[in-house]
Amino acid sequence: MVNSAAPGLEQFFFTFFNADVAATYWRDIARGMGITALLSIAVVASGLLLGLVLAVVRHLQWRLPGLLVVAFADILRSLPPLVLIIVFFFAFPFIDLSMSSFTATWLALTLVLAAYAEESIWGGILSLPVGQSEAARSTGLSWWQTTVSVVLPQALRLAVPPLTNRVISVTKNTALGSVIALSEILNTAQSASSNAGNPTPLMLGAAAYLVMFIPVVLFSRWLETRWRWKR
Amino acid sequence: MDALLQNFFNLAIYREVFPFLLRGLWTTIWLSLLVIPIGIVSGLALALVCTQTRHRWLRVLVAVYVDFFRSFPPLVLLILIYFGAPFLGLDLPKLAAVAIGFMLNNYSYFSEVFRAGIESVPSGQMEAARSTGLTRLQALRHVIVPQATRNVLPDLVSNCIEVIKLTTIASVVALPELLRVARDAQSLVYNPSPIVLAALMYLALLWPLVRWLSRLEHKNRAIA
Repeated sequence: MVNSAAPGLEQFFFTFFNADVAATYWRDIARGMGITALLSIAVVASGLLLGLVLAVVRHLQWRLPGLLVVAFADILRSLPPLVLIIVFFFAFPFIDLSMSSFTATWLALTLVLAAYAEESIWGGILSLPVGQSEAARSTGLSWWQTTVSVVLPQALRLAVPPLTNRVISVTKNTALGSVIALSEILNTAQSASSNAGNPTPLMLGAAAYLVMFIPVVLFSRWLETRWRWKR
Repeated sequence: MDALLQNFFNLAIYREVFPFLLRGLWTTIWLSLLVIPIGIVSGLALALVCTQTRHRWLRVLVAVYVDFFRSFPPLVLLILIYFGAPFLGLDLPKLAAVAIGFMLNNYSYFSEVFRAGIESVPSGQMEAARSTGLTRLQALRHVIVPQATRNVLPDLVSNCIEVIKLTTIASVVALPELLRVARDAQSLVYNPSPIVLAALMYLALLWPLVRWLSRLEHKNRAIA
């Protein structure tokens, strides 16, 4: 398996965990982490907000807007995120809608997350007994008041477990931005490792992802169990 | 409007590139048909090990493995395998790199789904099955796993859809699946219509599955 010329472990470390290479490039990777973090936060915030708005629109039960929301959610759940990113970045300039690689990635992932969030929140709304909103309305609350203070708090709680997984997978998809040369972790690591002719920056990049996402995964596990008990 | 028709829905170009894209679509389909069964079988095996073992350390090991790959973007995994392997003196073909990357990534997702399914079957089922004289393995095979699978069918379908969508990342290592072929065609004709056509083909492939998934989810909710 190992190159016959390579004297074993020492060569392996020289190749994959080279301290000199790491010292040269760690700053670039750290900057990439900043971009990944910024993009992730932006996507989660805008995606969840848009998803919530869409779920409320569907909850209005007006025929046409409801249908449009369903069509939006279906299409955005059917299209691979990488295809969306590439369409936004490479195709939209042809109709005079150029955007930066950051904007294209942000927009694509926001729309995808919004579609899934809408489905989860809508699922939460559906699984509430009708008696809840009927009772709320009968106490004199308006439709809006009922939605905001009775329906949504309960629906959101039900939507948390499916949403945490989705949030994690969408934020991991920020790595797809590397395909359109967004200088997030993966792209930075790749160009650094081709500059250095050594895969150490790639290993650094991989480590950077683990450092960022393992806490998120653990937090989501904690959140899921906590929510399950409280229900 | 004219620019939109010219650049996104150019029928002349559609006609020209359609045969190529169709070949790309086939690659996407058989790639999915290769990696999904591997993911399902190995994920089920991992879930069984995780739920049936008495060894605590084994369960911890599986949990660590699953969380590790849940934290790792699949594209990063693929790049690491594809560009890292040559440095180990390993000449990995594209398809092998993609298959290994998908396997490592899918394992963890499918095993999570099956674990949830197996845990959702009441323990009385196993006890009753054993008391009729079935061995543990028989009970798992004929009683537990079928029920577990039915309980998590929506999640399984959803996972399969995710895997099909994920095959697009193989384009990054120049495996000629649908997205890759479309991008090559786009640079040949200097018009983005091929990518839009590819998007429409993905839609045609996956929308029915997404609809089916929605119906499954609603049915489950109605029962619950």
